[in-house]
Amino acid sequence: MNAANYLYVSALLFTIGAIGVVVRRNAIVVFMCVELMLNAANLAFVTFARINGNLDGQVMAFFTMVVAACEVVVGLAIIVTIYRSRRSASVDDASLLKR
Amino acid sequence: MINLAIEVGKTTTPEAVMFWFLAPLAVLAALGMLLSKKAVHSAILLAWVMITLAIFYIAQDAVFLGIVQIVVYTGAVMMLFLFILMLVGVDSADSLKETIPGLRPIAITAAVGFGGLMLSLLGRATLGNDIVGLTDANANGNVPALAELLFSKYVWPFEVVSALLITAALGAMVLAHNHRLVARPTQRELSIKRFRGESLANAAGLPNPGVYALHNAVDVPALLPDGTAAEASVSAMLKARGDVIDSKPFQLIELTDEEGEK
Repeated sequence: MNAANYLYVSALLFTIGAIGVVVRRNAIVVFMCVELMLNAANLAFVTFARINGNLDGQVMAFFTMVVAACEVVVGLAIIVTIYRSRRSASVDDASLLKR
Repeated sequence: MINLAIEVGKTTTPEAVMFWFLAPLAVLAALGMLLSKKAVHSAILLAWVMITLAIFYIAQDAVFLGIVQIVVYTGAVMMLFLFILMLVGVDSADSLKETIPGLRPIAITAAVGFGGLMLSLLGRATLGNDIVGLTDANANGNVPALAELLFSKYVWPFEVVSALLITAALGAMVLAHNHRLVARPTQRELSIKRFRGESLANAAGLPNPGVYALHNAVDVPALLPDGTAAEASVSAMLKARGDVIDSKPFQLIELTDEEGEK
């Protein structure tokens, strides 16, 4: 088996996550899709680290995980705040600035 | 030290078996996450994708990252997602109606184009044919090697990331904190409101649910002496959840003359 197969899986997962971010309405599901994209990028980092034989890719994946954790914490806090005032977690309902 | 990629330059057969078993499952689970109507199902499927990725990491000599993936992602992040889902409301199924006309075909076309571009690029690039492998880099173990890099070459990004973590935690606390808009009423104010109000009807307390009604239950409104149902007797929480039996059938109706004669 070629190690590049991991990269194909990574590209597929990233694409699926990108569709989800655009298509889904529920803000929490949109966040999950962003997480999926970050994870796909991590898989690519780890695979490239193995192909090139140095650990820099793994360190980058580690940093990505930390940033993803921060993003989840702040993003979910924003969702809870919006839900508290508007009683909805749909990304289409938060369109006050448009009108 | 686990070393699954023993032979430098090629992946071993067990790894290939593992890959061809798990990779389709991961992609299917990701598709299911995209298509499932309920957010809870999406969360469970995403947890499965993340566990699969952790196995991939461990198979590729990234033992530390594999364990961290399980602990941080499936442990902390997914539990946070589920917690917020429970808080916001599990039953709020996502409406799959598209609000922006033509968004879905455009999005899917663009995504298929992007995915095809990525896959064809990866297929044409000459990589992965000769894997260097991490046997040399992991000679003293994966964790010491990573630690050496983190605290020498990447020490500045490491510190910046730690500052980011603290900022994010503080920011989430500030965002999620809600102020009390009015001061909490004291017992004196409550008492004055009760006895100096417009009427003394509820001065002795609100009626209990179910009293004089056909059923003796908390979700049935009480019947007042004049036969009407007392709305105030049922807990507001039950009303908000929609768990109250309608009070109309329970209240006494004034009999018309014809029925009265019968």
